Amino acid sequence: MTLTSLAFYLFASVSVASAFMVIASRNPVYSVLFLILTFFNAAGLFVLLGAEFLALILVVVYVGAVAVLFLFVVMMLDIDFAELNEGFLQYMPIGATVGLILLLELLLVFGASSTLVDKGQLPSATPEGMTNAEALGRVLYTDYIFLFQTAGAILLVAMIGAIVLTLVKSNNPKRQDIAKQNARTREDAVELVDIKPGEGI
Amino acid sequence: MDSAFFDSYIWPALVVTLHSLAIILALLVSLAFFMLADRKIWAAAQLRKGPTVVGPFGLLQSFADIAKYLFKEIIIPTTANKPVFLLAPFVTMFLALSAWAVIPVNEGWAVADINVGILYIFAISSLGVYGVIMGGWASNSKYPFLGALRSAAQMVSYEVSIGLVIITVLLCVGSLNLTDIVLAQKTVWFAVPLFPMFVVFFISALAETNRPPFDLPEAESELVSGFMTEYSSTPYVVFMIGELANIVLMCAMMTILFLGGWLPPVDIAPFNWVPGPVWFIIKMGFMFFMFAMMKVIVPRYRYDQLMRLGWKVFLPISLIYVVLVAGFLQFFDMAS
Repeated sequence: MTLTSLAFYLFASVSVASAFMVIASRNPVYSVLFLILTFFNAAGLFVLLGAEFLALILVVVYVGAVAVLFLFVVMMLDIDFAELNEGFLQYMPIGATVGLILLLELLLVFGASSTLVDKGQLPSATPEGMTNAEALGRVLYTDYIFLFQTAGAILLVAMIGAIVLTLVKSNNPKRQDIAKQNARTREDAVELVDIKPGEGI
Repeated sequence: MDSAFFDSYIWPALVVTLHSLAIILALLVSLAFFMLADRKIWAAAQLRKGPTVVGPFGLLQSFADIAKYLFKEIIIPTTANKPVFLLAPFVTMFLALSAWAVIPVNEGWAVADINVGILYIFAISSLGVYGVIMGGWASNSKYPFLGALRSAAQMVSYEVSIGLVIITVLLCVGSLNLTDIVLAQKTVWFAVPLFPMFVVFFISALAETNRPPFDLPEAESELVSGFMTEYSSTPYVVFMIGELANIVLMCAMMTILFLGGWLPPVDIAPFNWVPGPVWFIIKMGFMFFMFAMMKVIVPRYRYDQLMRLGWKVFLPISLIYVVLVAGFLQFFDMAS
């Protein structure tokens, strides 16, 4: 028990500290790297709760894919640090207001949940006699299959929408047709001409 | 200190630490010989002899190389981002080594036989890209940066088909545990019924580990040596060890997913006398031989061809195969 709580405090404190560093560090690349550290520690917390499937999915999806794309974009930014700090005071009141509202809402939610839910009856992360990959699969693919499929359809529409919005139509697209390239033979590509001296083609 | 505390915390921690150290040591020593094998195979295919000077048949060449790199001066470019620059190679090596915690070389030999073992390996191997991106960005130089961008796009693309291939295997097994995956291949190795997926996985593994013909992030004819251009001395050799460990990890993964892990080819007399780990190493060595041969015989891809292969060929094939396998298992009532 002591070891579990030690691990919990380690993961929790590192994740809070690195989450703070995400917004505190000047260099955006450092921010993304700290974000990755935060995800890792959150995954560690999931493991402690007995939800190892969720933990690894968090790592695969957020660290392995989403954060890579973040880093990809942020790396290519041409950052001028002086300019970055200029607008800080101007935007601070708005940021502070939004942050305060979020904090109040979070406090309300936690306050309500601690009174509503009886702590002794919290459901376990893993149902009896089932690995949690199996349990999650049963909920997603058996109990709520239609909602799950609908969510998938919505994501598909969003993806197609993003492609349509960013598609640039060019008058002269330089596109390769692999089938056409492979179908090309020596006969229609090369012509042997016997040139007589002094006459040209 | 009472003995209950010792029994429940100290002793297991000690066992796991020693077990991990033994695996890492064995792995690092074997990597030196894998490196040598790679060079020897490459040389043999080109009718050369390869390294012959250090030790008998050049067997100690890799150790000499490593010692040489370690004793050289570390050069850090003045405009480089120093912490990230030095962190990058260690991230690569740390990730490549930590994936070995769940690899079962024999029944019950894994350090951690966790329920979601295959997912763990998939997660760890998908993080390998960070070492490359961080190294390329922190070098603050053109070629490394281009190499890092290429690598990021390439590894994310091929991970998708690797994921789908893993799903087809998991459908046949019904468990994410690596030991269960191997034991499910007692009757027939998955390389036989899932042969197309085996090929897709092999080629995707080449792309995922930046091996030729997909070594575009470090293509020397275009990018000097890509993200490793600014690296020298110890950080360089750490990068190299990490990359090699990733390649050997992919070989181990193919052995587990498709070639029946530690199981003998057929369970009859002369074959099942050979202990499991020997089979595992033979199969891994065979996969490594294939990796090395690909380097020799296949010319480098162009970058747009690489992307086309990943997204327009492998993704549809593996997606269709997932649907087919799932349908087959459901129809013949073989789903577990």
